[in-house]
Amino acid sequence: MKKIHIILLVLIAGAIAVLVSFLQTTTTYDTVATAKAKPGKFVHLMAKWDKAEPLEYDALKNPNYLAFTAIDSLGEKINVVYHNPKPENFELSEKLVMKGKYEDGKFVCQSIQTKCPSKYKDQDASKHPGNTDTKTSYNNNEQAITSKQ
Amino acid sequence: MTYTGEHLLPGQIGHFFVVLSLVSSLVAAFAYFKAVNSQNIQDKNSWLKLGRGAFVIDAVSVVAIFAALLHILFHHLFEYRYAYQHSSLSLEPKYILSAFWEGQEGSTLLWTFWHCVLGLIIIKREKQWEAPVMAIVSFAQFFLATMIIGIYIFDVKIGSNPFILLRDSGMFDQAPAMHIDFDVTKPIRTDYLSMIKDGNDLNPLLQNYWMVIHPPVLFLGFASTLIPFAFAMAGLWTKKFNECIRSAIPWTLFAIAFLGLGIMMGAKWAYESLNFGGYWAWDPVENASLVPWMILVSGLHTMLIYKKTGYSLRSTFLFFALSFIFVVYSTFLTKSGVLGESSVHAFADIGMNGQLFLFMIVFVWLAPFFAAKNNKQRGIIAIVTAILSLGTYFLADVIPGFPMYVILSGVITFIVLTNKLIPASQKEESASSREFWMFIGSLVFFLAAMIIIVQTSLPVFNKLFNINTAPGEDNEFKYNQIQVLVAIIIGILTAIGQYFKYKTTSRDFLIKKLAVPTLVSALIATFILVVIKINYDKEGLGFLINIWLALVANVYAVVANAAYIFTGSKVNIWKRGGSIAHLGFGLIVVGILLSSGKKEVLSLNTSGINVNFGKESKEKTGENLTLVKGVPMTMGKYQVTYMGDSAHPKKQQTYFKIDFKSKDENFTLWPNAFVNYKGNEGLMANPSSRHYWNHDVFTYVSALPDKSKNTDTSNFVSHKVNAGDTIYYSRGYMIVEKLAGKDNLPIEGFEKTDTGYSAAIKVQELNGPSYNSDLLLIKNKDRMLYQLQDTIMSQSLVLQLNDVKGNKADIGVKESSNVLDYVTLKAYKFPYINVLWAGVVIMVFGSIISMVHRINKLKVQKLS
Repeated sequence: MKKIHIILLVLIAGAIAVLVSFLQTTTTYDTVATAKAKPGKFVHLMAKWDKAEPLEYDALKNPNYLAFTAIDSLGEKINVVYHNPKPENFELSEKLVMKGKYEDGKFVCQSIQTKCPSKYKDQDASKHPGNTDTKTSYNNNEQAITSKQ
Repeated sequence: MTYTGEHLLPGQIGHFFVVLSLVSSLVAAFAYFKAVNSQNIQDKNSWLKLGRGAFVIDAVSVVAIFAALLHILFHHLFEYRYAYQHSSLSLEPKYILSAFWEGQEGSTLLWTFWHCVLGLIIIKREKQWEAPVMAIVSFAQFFLATMIIGIYIFDVKIGSNPFILLRDSGMFDQAPAMHIDFDVTKPIRTDYLSMIKDGNDLNPLLQNYWMVIHPPVLFLGFASTLIPFAFAMAGLWTKKFNECIRSAIPWTLFAIAFLGLGIMMGAKWAYESLNFGGYWAWDPVENASLVPWMILVSGLHTMLIYKKTGYSLRSTFLFFALSFIFVVYSTFLTKSGVLGESSVHAFADIGMNGQLFLFMIVFVWLAPFFAAKNNKQRGIIAIVTAILSLGTYFLADVIPGFPMYVILSGVITFIVLTNKLIPASQKEESASSREFWMFIGSLVFFLAAMIIIVQTSLPVFNKLFNINTAPGEDNEFKYNQIQVLVAIIIGILTAIGQYFKYKTTSRDFLIKKLAVPTLVSALIATFILVVIKINYDKEGLGFLINIWLALVANVYAVVANAAYIFTGSKVNIWKRGGSIAHLGFGLIVVGILLSSGKKEVLSLNTSGINVNFGKESKEKTGENLTLVKGVPMTMGKYQVTYMGDSAHPKKQQTYFKIDFKSKDENFTLWPNAFVNYKGNEGLMANPSSRHYWNHDVFTYVSALPDKSKNTDTSNFVSHKVNAGDTIYYSRGYMIVEKLAGKDNLPIEGFEKTDTGYSAAIKVQELNGPSYNSDLLLIKNKDRMLYQLQDTIMSQSLVLQLNDVKGNKADIGVKESSNVLDYVTLKAYKFPYINVLWAGVVIMVFGSIISMVHRINKLKVQKLS
């Protein structure tokens, strides 16, 4: 066996080891119920902002404190705290991917990804163009705008 | 039925040319294919002529499609869906081009356009390779043309037509106002166009000059990866390995230069117009274009090894096949919507997904098709591909992972077939040879790319196997953690690689040549680590040490390659393209390590006053700071003041004037934001930055007062305190200096049993003046009789005394926001980011020099 083959095998084994360990650190996408079921565990919570409930944000008091209620597709609600201002497109988003942990009765996010209605969807949704509240279309090339801490 | 005001001609012309380009590219692919396979010179020439003619027609058609779509956008013909969705009357003309490539159809057009340009150059210059290479280019053109054809075959939608009319696009189906008698079941009103006043506009984030030039360069890069792929396939097909490798080198350098440039222009765009405070986020879209580039770089190096020594031919073919396959994969990732976790589209779905995936299957299996021994084997592979494509359509949902097995089996078949075709070399490379270390470098780079793409493909695995995995807690770190190790290895190999000679190198020679660069880089690296310092401790000491090592290795790469440029008796810059490119690459890595390792958040809420204020903010101090108009705040070494704002004349865009002052710097930044854009509540902010040679100051608006809702809704927050306690508010703190209670008030109208309470409070604005406030409360038992509110206007603070019990007082504090104008900012300092950008420019420059040199060398060879 040539030297180069040994190195090849070692490197490939290394790459596979790295990937296996990477797969072990992955987390899950969760609903409110399943996120609540694993307190203290880092999850991706999929829900949307419940506009019926009050939102707390006062930049004068504390620009790094946002609290609101999120509701998932099953109708379950959860209190969310985010130590940042409202992420971009927050009001517009039809879904939020909130990364964080459920602790002490609330979900504390590290980051929030807003998912906006894409133009290919609003084609089907058929908002009529004369209407002022036509949804803005977003580029699919830049899938989601992540706001990070 | 005619509709008032429509301009149907541009669309008809456009779609005619879409169809023509589809047909002509197929004819070209077929004719070129026959030209390669015909034995007879006369047949060959007539097929060649047909192919050439068809390809020219394809190129003309693509230009015509381009022109028609541009016409529609420039003249705001909103009867076309594309113009309606991507532009508006107020869009500045320079952004019409950005609007052109905002949509999937436009970006596909851009890609085919570059294929046409590159194809014409090949027809002109690469006579020997024209037929086989152009067969593959035309075939790829055919696939791209299907993506904009927009027709239905048995209910399966093929492509998306950019010339579709708004009224045909289904957007009016639920819009009664657009239909006769306001009834959606009735036809569309003939005067519907009079109700469409303006288009939907371009996404504000894309209204940036980098978005005008980044996509064309990136797609030129994408398009140019097809050429090394086509050369590799042509080489396998015609079995002329040496010639194909030699001719493909300049094309590979070209692809590396422009794909690299395109990717980094995207990074620059992200840095200039997105708010995540950086240029790279390991976003799937970014990774998907980086991976083909890395594989291409690996391919270039193994290609050079082959040319000099005859080793590494198999891996060269593999790398070139994979680099284009991964370009198609990246298109699939970005265009299929598979990255949006929620997307319910399966692979075998109708619409574009199936088509995009078919594109991938076909190009994956195209590789073994050309690596096959003879035409009989090719026939079998073609049939297998057809069966597998159909199989994927029906089985993707039945057998988990089926599409992936189809792809993997294609790649494995290719490896097996090339191994049969190309005999293994029996000789062993010496560990003191350049090729040995070059090969290891290529391999490490390739494996690094594979690790990135597997990490990126989590959403794809979710779809394939119906599982639920999400990225880990610190996803970016998961990439950095691995790639920093790659940077160490690659840095060292880049530094020493060129000092080795092919075949074998003597130890004395190496020591003699490497001594000075090693010493110099040790000094520079020590200087950086000791004086400039990187103390990135967020991920622990182990990672920090890796950063240091990577920095040392890449400083070494920069110095050693700079030194190598000047080795030899006569310095010929044209021969040193490789070293220049390596130097640039080293600088890129050094720039990444320095700017990310030393990135500093300026807007840290370090004043301490807010830490305990928000009910739950036990977290670390926040990274956003609120600036009240006219009140200076400290950010790092700067005094920052929000001076005022001004509105864009035509758009709902507001510019905020932010003054930065420090001892030695004085400048103003104008971050801007779209406020309540298009009637949608919310804020879309664009950053602004000040560039210095050694650092950037970068800021953007993260929150604004909502003026429409600005009735005074803030409430008194009650604080139960003892005398001497401190209460914090947003701009300072207050101390309860004295509490007193008194019966028998000497005030008229009150009885003896009424008790008066008073509180003396000193309000201290942080870094500002202090105010005295005296609060008074008069009670009878528990009944409140009189309460004096004290307002401190300059602090927009309202105070009142709610209750006093013994030593404890309840003080109400209200911060009224309606009198205040403020912005909330996030600001960063990026040190040494220009090292990164300079590295990119140098690397691209080096690759181009190298390309020109190789082209000239080929010319000389041809002449002799």
